[in-house]
Amino acid sequence: MDISFQQAAYSRSQGRRSLSLTEKRNRTQRIETMAESIFTLCAFLAVFAVGAITLYMVANGVPVIYRLGVREILFSSAWKPVAADPSYGILYVILTSVTGTVLAVALGVPVALLTAVFLAEIAPRPLAALVRPAVELLAGIPSVVYGLLGMLVLNPLMYRLEQVVFHGSRTHQFTGGANLLSAVLVLVVMILPTVISVSETALRAVPDQLRVSSMALGASRIQTIFQVVLPAARPGITTAVVLGVGRAVGEAMAINLVSGGSVNVPLPFSSVRFLTTAIVSEMGYAEGVHRQVLFTIGLVLFGFIMLVNILLHKIMRGEDG
Amino acid sequence: MDDVKMEIINLNLYYGNHHALKAVTMNIRAGAVTALIGPSGCGKSTFLKTLNRMNDLTQGVKITGQVRLEGEEIYAPGVDVTLLRKRVGMVFQQPNPFPMSIYDNIAYGPRVHGEKRRARLDEIVESSLRRAAIWDETRNRLKKSALGLSGGQQQRLCIARALAVKPEVLLMDEPTSALDPVSTLRIEELLLQLKKSYTIVIVTHNMQQAVRVSDDTAFFLAGEVVEWGVTGRLFSGPRDRRTRDYITGRYG
Amino acid sequence: MSRKMKDAVAYTAIYFAASYSVLLLVGILVYVFSKGFPVLSLPFFTTVSSVVKGTVGIAGNIINTVYIVTLTLVAAVPAGVGAAIWLNEYAPPGRWVKLIEFATETLAGIPSIVFGLFGMVFFGTTLGFGYSILTGALTLSLMILPLITRNTQAALRAVPDSYRNGALGMGATRWHMIRTVLLPSAMPGIATGILLAVGRIVGESAALLFTAGSGYLLPESGSDFFHKVMESGGTLTIQMYLSMARAEYDVAFGIAAVLLSMVLAFNFLLKVLIRGRFIKE
Repeated sequence: MDISFQQAAYSRSQGRRSLSLTEKRNRTQRIETMAESIFTLCAFLAVFAVGAITLYMVANGVPVIYRLGVREILFSSAWKPVAADPSYGILYVILTSVTGTVLAVALGVPVALLTAVFLAEIAPRPLAALVRPAVELLAGIPSVVYGLLGMLVLNPLMYRLEQVVFHGSRTHQFTGGANLLSAVLVLVVMILPTVISVSETALRAVPDQLRVSSMALGASRIQTIFQVVLPAARPGITTAVVLGVGRAVGEAMAINLVSGGSVNVPLPFSSVRFLTTAIVSEMGYAEGVHRQVLFTIGLVLFGFIMLVNILLHKIMRGEDG
Repeated sequence: MDDVKMEIINLNLYYGNHHALKAVTMNIRAGAVTALIGPSGCGKSTFLKTLNRMNDLTQGVKITGQVRLEGEEIYAPGVDVTLLRKRVGMVFQQPNPFPMSIYDNIAYGPRVHGEKRRARLDEIVESSLRRAAIWDETRNRLKKSALGLSGGQQQRLCIARALAVKPEVLLMDEPTSALDPVSTLRIEELLLQLKKSYTIVIVTHNMQQAVRVSDDTAFFLAGEVVEWGVTGRLFSGPRDRRTRDYITGRYG
Repeated sequence: MSRKMKDAVAYTAIYFAASYSVLLLVGILVYVFSKGFPVLSLPFFTTVSSVVKGTVGIAGNIINTVYIVTLTLVAAVPAGVGAAIWLNEYAPPGRWVKLIEFATETLAGIPSIVFGLFGMVFFGTTLGFGYSILTGALTLSLMILPLITRNTQAALRAVPDSYRNGALGMGATRWHMIRTVLLPSAMPGIATGILLAVGRIVGESAALLFTAGSGYLLPESGSDFFHKVMESGGTLTIQMYLSMARAEYDVAFGIAAVLLSMVLAFNFLLKVLIRGRFIKE
């Protein structure tokens, strides 16, 4: 409210003041002011939290980069943190996270999109009433449960596949099924619910007019969906994919025991270590420089996520405008 | 004129760059019904809201000029808007009962202003509902949700709710525009009852209604008061050509 | 390929994709419950694992979970609701709102393992709470803050302006209006946020591993609330993870069955809550 300037001018010109409107109600006023200050504080909590997390990640992850050098950490592939002559290269770990995420998104997004199309465009009501709760439930299942199933169901299957693919190979190190591919398949499941529900919302937001006019031109339902509805929902679908990327990059517990756990070049049948799983499995015992480098790994992860967030923000703003 | 309740002097209101009220000057007589008429978008509702500072809630509003309630400037610093709104109550276009019981709706205002005694609240609820001519329809369902009432009943409930804080002035923003003709008639009858004890300002888009219920009428056009005065005189012999054009139906 | 063929292929793919989620879910439920339910027994719920006594149980973890859920909600719900109230009812639209909404969005996207690292050094080391239930709960409260804020905001937005005007027009102060009219109307939405948050907390593990740690004992008799809160305490998910890592798969499946039952119950409650809201409207 911008009435203060005229109020001030007014009070100067006007000496008279009756008590009826200005009667002091201190207690009410005080409570009102207090309530507003408390809410303001609550609102800024999120800003403080993001600020503090950024600060702490940088403060804990950066100094060791200065000490050992960027090349020694970010661009070296030798990860021997507890050796007598230790080296702390996390290049493979970064590459694994990137590869794993790209693969999981490449495999998961098509399935998710088709499912969203099913839910938003073609499912008869009873079938949608079956699929939608299933997707919601998948989203609610704790990561560790996925991890358990990945370990006891997926890994043995993968091991059989591995034995077929590398039959007779002398150079391949057998992983028992705990490898990048297993982890990717678990990640696919983990990103499905997010991508499905966000894309479904995007598809539903497409005005019916578009569908009707496409059909009126003689397009089939499928043609309408793929040539009109999906392109129209593109910003929302992009959001869904980016959210999926965020989920995949950040997932730790579901893939920790599924992916093998050695630091390797990210090949489908290699035992690998992700940014997240390196922290989970080593933080418990790491000390000194090792611990600091784990924070550097956390910082890299945080950097990826901030990138994803900024991207998201850009997309959403684009949608507004 | 006799006994002025509210005095508006050179009031200007801006929404950002939009000059929505232009140098409005008029009086509201005590114990009378003042009707504000004019085409939609002319500023009559905006003006109404300046009388109990409901415009404070809108972002980017700037106000200059003076509005006095019994001689006291309501935009002066130190004015407690809650006390102002207790004295200058408001009834809205859409009936807006809270999602509570009928009783709690009426008791809301008195409770806001610190009344806690049950017996006193009972008394206020009954007398307010009686004044709003809805007591007979609600006496047996005071604990039922107010949302179960019909539109017309809801609007009379909202009038009762406004009366419960014992206002001196009642602002009504097109209170019958969302209602059917029968409910409209009941509210108009109610207004004639109420003006014995309250000063009423009513915005209406319906000129017949203005003629039926009001003592004074002000005609708004594009943020200006083109003309204001005693209703009978204004409708029978408008002094301004624009007023004449409007009341003979040449504007929308 | 003819148009008809193409359409048929597309329909097949769509139905396959949709059935994938359902089959996966059914598979997971059947597998986990069939392996997990045989493990469940009264002692499993009422004792703690002990080599000496030869017992295997999760009583301690259940209590830790209850503690963490409660403490996290106590910290996050008022803050989240308060933030939503400010954003929706007090804040002038503009820079500050944009900043806070961006921060909230960002917070929602940060992986739980990063929350875990932050919680460990900030609450654990800087504030000196160590590995404790308190550290874990405070960490999680930051994590679920966006969930509460956004759901409350959505609920407040759904309250018609006429309620606000009605109350303020009668001379109610803003806070009084919020307390007596807005919050009661927004309650189902807020409850939805809380329920989602509880689900998130119960399922969380990465953020707790290095904050609340893995203690699994029952509170000693006579030890008070504050003592317990400052001790390390592993939730059900943490215990499940540790059991997996130690190849104690029976216990892991037992806990998994318990967790999945809880997920089903939460989803059911959520449905009831949302349906209730529709009926009211």
